[in-house]
Amino acid sequence: MGKKTGKQTYQLTNPPAIISTGTVVGPFEGRGPLAEDFDEILTDIRNGQSSFEKAERSLLIKACRLALDHAGFPSTQVDLFLAGDLLNQIISASFSALDLGIPFLGLYGACSTAALGLGLGTLLLDGGFADTVLTATSSHHLAAERQYRYPTEYGGQRRPYQQWTVTGAGAALLSSTGEGPRITAVTFGKVIDLGSTDPLNMGAAMAPAAADTIIRFFQDTGWEPNSFDLILTGDLGQFGLELCRQELSEQGFDLGDNFMDCGLMIYDLQKQDVHAGGSGCACSAVVTYGHVYRRFLRKELNRVLLVATGSLHSPTTYQQGENIPTIAHAVRIEA
Amino acid sequence: MAKKELTPAQKKYQAKVRQIEPRPRYLRHAFLAFFSGGLVCVLGQGLIDLYCWLLHLPPEKASNPAAATMILIGALLTGFGVFDKLAKYAGAGLAVPVTGFANSVVASALEFREEGLIYGVSAKMFLLAGPVITFGVVTAFIIGLLYAIFQ
Repeated sequence: MGKKTGKQTYQLTNPPAIISTGTVVGPFEGRGPLAEDFDEILTDIRNGQSSFEKAERSLLIKACRLALDHAGFPSTQVDLFLAGDLLNQIISASFSALDLGIPFLGLYGACSTAALGLGLGTLLLDGGFADTVLTATSSHHLAAERQYRYPTEYGGQRRPYQQWTVTGAGAALLSSTGEGPRITAVTFGKVIDLGSTDPLNMGAAMAPAAADTIIRFFQDTGWEPNSFDLILTGDLGQFGLELCRQELSEQGFDLGDNFMDCGLMIYDLQKQDVHAGGSGCACSAVVTYGHVYRRFLRKELNRVLLVATGSLHSPTTYQQGENIPTIAHAVRIEA
Repeated sequence: MAKKELTPAQKKYQAKVRQIEPRPRYLRHAFLAFFSGGLVCVLGQGLIDLYCWLLHLPPEKASNPAAATMILIGALLTGFGVFDKLAKYAGAGLAVPVTGFANSVVASALEFREEGLIYGVSAKMFLLAGPVITFGVVTAFIIGLLYAIFQ
């Protein structure tokens, strides 16, 4: 176990580089503060497709193609495609894999999929099992609403702590050679249940999982919170981030202004009426592969810890009265 | 829907969640629901009066075409994508009258159009309205039974 440090962390001897990324977002995300950092902004949330599921898939395929094009890399030379999404049986990922024709490993980590894909891809590359790995994930606001909540035209009122599922897709091309920000450590999280049952308050459900993985990362690596330019949780939202900050503080880890959440960055909380912020697989993916990746390329960032958070419940489990199990995976990205 | 017993750590965390989680603005919601629900009822009453005058019906009979018209309005607003935007503010003011019932049926029917007419539209149409119908029928049955016994 030469590469494992501590209980849950892997430090890499040959850290792979993110050689290119591709991001596509919906029109609503395109009106948010990070609009300039996305490769493509849709004008039609259906993207010309007949269903929301087909629309989500078309975004995922587009993001993957953009990542490949940016690196000038043909899909036939990619060893593995690691992808997942929120729709039942991860259909967006599987159908995209059919289109791309790359050997496919389907992932389910709910909204933690971006970090799960980066982490697993990194291990495969560092272990010498692949030279190039494409990892991607997507979510679609209306497809998620329809699967998890209500029909999209139903006139319900949203809770003030509810989050808004991001419409978008993000893809990253990882390579054992090549230039780009490198993934130097990976911490895979445990499934945590601190008794949350409200599927509309996922930030609160996921905050303890994020705190657990962040603490585990610091304990395993001996790194300090202030050695990062940015510690970025996936989609905790306004109140989840605050709860996570509290949990960390109680364990003796006081995080400063460098502690942020992708869900709070992608929308303008004052103007866009999304309540507690963004969520969904695409939330951490497009913020990391769009905004954060470009800041790395502009040399504005040197070290980032991405902690993508996922809520692993299904409509069936919460209707049967089960708590909401959650998870968080962390990857350390360095210039 | 058996609720599991929480461990002390879970209880402690949930207490923190309750502290931080914002409450809906109940007073504002109640006012908006009262006001918009009142407007819906005024519109309904207007329709009853209109049908009384137009079709020469007694008020008890005129309420049927009036309710049908309100359902039509609710359905059309749903189809044009306006209902959910209004309901965001009106809340129960639009949900409790028959307009809310129309919205729940039409929204479900529209949503599942892509899955076909049988497995989609017709199977899923009463996804949200189903409980209302079930409880409505069961309650009517019990009341009818009591009425028959004690009359």
